[in-house]
Amino acid sequence: MSVYDSLDSITEELRKCMKCGNCQAVCPIYKESRQEVGAARGKISLAEFLLSGEIEMTKGMADRFSLCTTCMACNTNCPCGVRFDKIILAARAEGVRKQGLHPVKKIAFTALKMQRMFDFGMKTGSIFQAVALKNIPDRHSKLARMRVDIGIGKDKVFPMLPKRTLRSEFPEVIKVKNPKMRVGFFTGCMINYFYTDIGRAVIEVLTENDIEVVIPKFQACCGIPASVNGDAGSARTLAKRNLRAFERMGADALVVACSSGGTAWKHVFSELLENDPELKPLADKWAAKSYDISEFLIHQVPFKKEGLGRVSRKVTYHDPCHLNRGAGISKEPREILKSIPGVELIEMKEPGRCCGMAGSFSLVHPDLSVQISDRKTADIQTTNTDTVATGCPACRMQLQSGIENADIDEEVLHTIQILAESYRAGKKELNSSK
Amino acid sequence: MLAREIVQELVQALGRENVLTEQEDLLTYAYDATAAMKHHKPDVVVSPLSTEQVAEVVKIANRHHVPIYPRGSGTNLSGGTIPIGGGIVLSMLNLNKILEVDQDNLTATVQPGLIIQALNDEAAKHGLLYPPDPGTVTTATMGGSVSECSGGLRGLKYGVTKHYIMGLQLVLANGEIIRWGGKTVKNVTGYDLVALLTGAEGTLGIITEIIVKLIPAPEARKSILAVFDNVDKAGRAIAAIIRNKVIPATLEIMDNVTIQTVENFVHAGLPMDAEAVLLCEVDGYKEVVEREAALVERILKEEGAVQVKIAKDDTERDLLWLARRSALPALAQKRPTTVLEDATVPRSKIPDMLKAIRRIATKHNLQIATFGHAGDGNLHPTILTDERDVEEMKRVDLAVEEIFETAIALGGTLSGEHGIGIAKMKFLDLEFGEAGVAVLRRIKEALDPDYILNPGKIVRRD
Repeated sequence: MSVYDSLDSITEELRKCMKCGNCQAVCPIYKESRQEVGAARGKISLAEFLLSGEIEMTKGMADRFSLCTTCMACNTNCPCGVRFDKIILAARAEGVRKQGLHPVKKIAFTALKMQRMFDFGMKTGSIFQAVALKNIPDRHSKLARMRVDIGIGKDKVFPMLPKRTLRSEFPEVIKVKNPKMRVGFFTGCMINYFYTDIGRAVIEVLTENDIEVVIPKFQACCGIPASVNGDAGSARTLAKRNLRAFERMGADALVVACSSGGTAWKHVFSELLENDPELKPLADKWAAKSYDISEFLIHQVPFKKEGLGRVSRKVTYHDPCHLNRGAGISKEPREILKSIPGVELIEMKEPGRCCGMAGSFSLVHPDLSVQISDRKTADIQTTNTDTVATGCPACRMQLQSGIENADIDEEVLHTIQILAESYRAGKKELNSSK
Repeated sequence: MLAREIVQELVQALGRENVLTEQEDLLTYAYDATAAMKHHKPDVVVSPLSTEQVAEVVKIANRHHVPIYPRGSGTNLSGGTIPIGGGIVLSMLNLNKILEVDQDNLTATVQPGLIIQALNDEAAKHGLLYPPDPGTVTTATMGGSVSECSGGLRGLKYGVTKHYIMGLQLVLANGEIIRWGGKTVKNVTGYDLVALLTGAEGTLGIITEIIVKLIPAPEARKSILAVFDNVDKAGRAIAAIIRNKVIPATLEIMDNVTIQTVENFVHAGLPMDAEAVLLCEVDGYKEVVEREAALVERILKEEGAVQVKIAKDDTERDLLWLARRSALPALAQKRPTTVLEDATVPRSKIPDMLKAIRRIATKHNLQIATFGHAGDGNLHPTILTDERDVEEMKRVDLAVEEIFETAIALGGTLSGEHGIGIAKMKFLDLEFGEAGVAVLRRIKEALDPDYILNPGKIVRRD
């Protein structure tokens, strides 16, 4: 029985909790709100009261269960090994069954399911975004702020939508001379619509390493925004579409450059399709060959070091929760950064603490999200670096927003962009020495 | 349910955002970290932002005869923060500032909602240390640990919370604000209310500011692990270390049941057939640490340890301590309910206590694992059970009672560091007799005649 289908699935997980409260020490929400319901112990107790029948799944309960960034810091700090990430998913799914989805989320997830409509909307958005968003002068990238508050505050800084989506910019198959393997690239929505620069860097680095890149046209949203908020139905639809799209094109491996995409391909598709005899084996097959780009470059390729040019940057690295605790990938991106000539890596305090973005969490709890972000921004500032690297476009958006609002001169990039920059610099060095 | 006007008065005094009234929030203040306790939902939860607001809340509670349950992080193990009479839970977590670190007088002044570790982090910047370190150091608040007089792993050399509390600001049960004690080492002016309030579990007054003593942080430390095939030998080794004038910062023991459970859980390399393991840490100046570690090693061997290991670096040290730190969580995995006691005896009686606990376990057919702070006599007999099993819980109650009786017969006490709360209230007679319990009641009634402050804890109202 999966956590998406019944609250009973977590009875054993709940029983492990001995209410010691150790989760309070690491919970980013509790740290800001200082209310018991913020930490895992509070929500675990509510889930228990729900199962014992002391309280029903009210709208208020669903609201309380929305208070989690799913950063999994409590999992790691729990002496009893309670998997709170499972508990929160089950509780939210129960909430959706009993209370329906939060109206904002309902609109969002329906849109994600209708790919072509969404594509059209984003394209229209890129033309008319100036109506809603106000440009912010920034030396690094095109950023904007909401002109009017639509309920998510006006502090949030967004990247401007590029004119073309990543997937319309490239053919479905990007060929190289003498390919050593064929890799499928799952772009994810944020890279496809907002951060095409990350996508281009992924393609650049892979082709530089003689790898043929396949970007299936019919790939869809990873479905994580839906599944973490309890909308298992939408998530299932998307999982199936993605599996079929990649299966049709075929590849030796699949890479992602965002932590939601990684979580989806490595774990969630299989869990969602547990009872689907046709697609479960397919999900398992792809799960076994899905890699985060940094993991792939370190362990599977390994990426070539000759040709790396000098990149003069002082870099601090922020660990995305789902890449670090979710997939155990924290050394790999640092290894990549350290291998780049000219890059100086300076660690910030608690690089693994959540940035507070957490997808739609930041839309439903904008104030909390900003408070969590401010703490992160302050930690970044004390490193005296000029660049923040991270492995997730959603984190990048949040970090960028925090840094912009604090008025610090710091560029936020995906690790892979710095590697691509180094290969480019390498070519330039080679040309000028000729 | 509270009358609507009380909630309105609280909102007026503290602001809407600092008053919780929805049942989804209230239910999360109905419990603390104590196992097998009934939960009780409060009527309202308030989080004041100043001492004056605390006083306001107390005055409102007085006017309407509503109980107040002060609360920090709710990590205590005696049911001390459970709002058994409904009423107001007073969360102190918004009062979480370090007001001052005074390097000249070696003190810090803090608010009660501050997490202990935050004080340690700040003190460390000045090369100073606040020694009390309960297992909950990263979660528990200063106010909570002063109110419970927390102990921890460093009790043997450094003492416990009460040895570091120099002054308090208090809101009394009638809403008046007073200060007692201060930054002076010497102070004999009037009764020692600071000592009385430390460990009073929030029943005599509400702590709103704390002056603590800090000490210079030790320069070096070294950890040593010793394995014994016999509990008496381990007991004699503890005595021999002390007799040789070495006072380790920490001296911990784990019994056979604990060793087996921990080893299965974390694979730290402990021999499964060992009857007892001692874990010792010496600290101080580098040269002293070297000398003491060598001496401890020699004594442990002389006393018949079958294996002695000294950690060479921090990695090895962490590995040694992993086993000890995993003791409680590992045990908690075995059965759904973990009843953790803290009966304490003079350290020379540790082997007697260990053997008695084992006898009690056999007699009542229960699983009891024991580990704890051997150096200061504070043991944690841990009963692994299931609170849904009514028959077994009866046997648990009997065993707990016998453990307490044994501890007192050996010249010890009911509770070394967890406090009385609700959990051990009915055993106070064993230790104090009726006349002693009456003294507790008279003190309570002198300071809180209407039983407004954390009623139903320590002292029963008869």
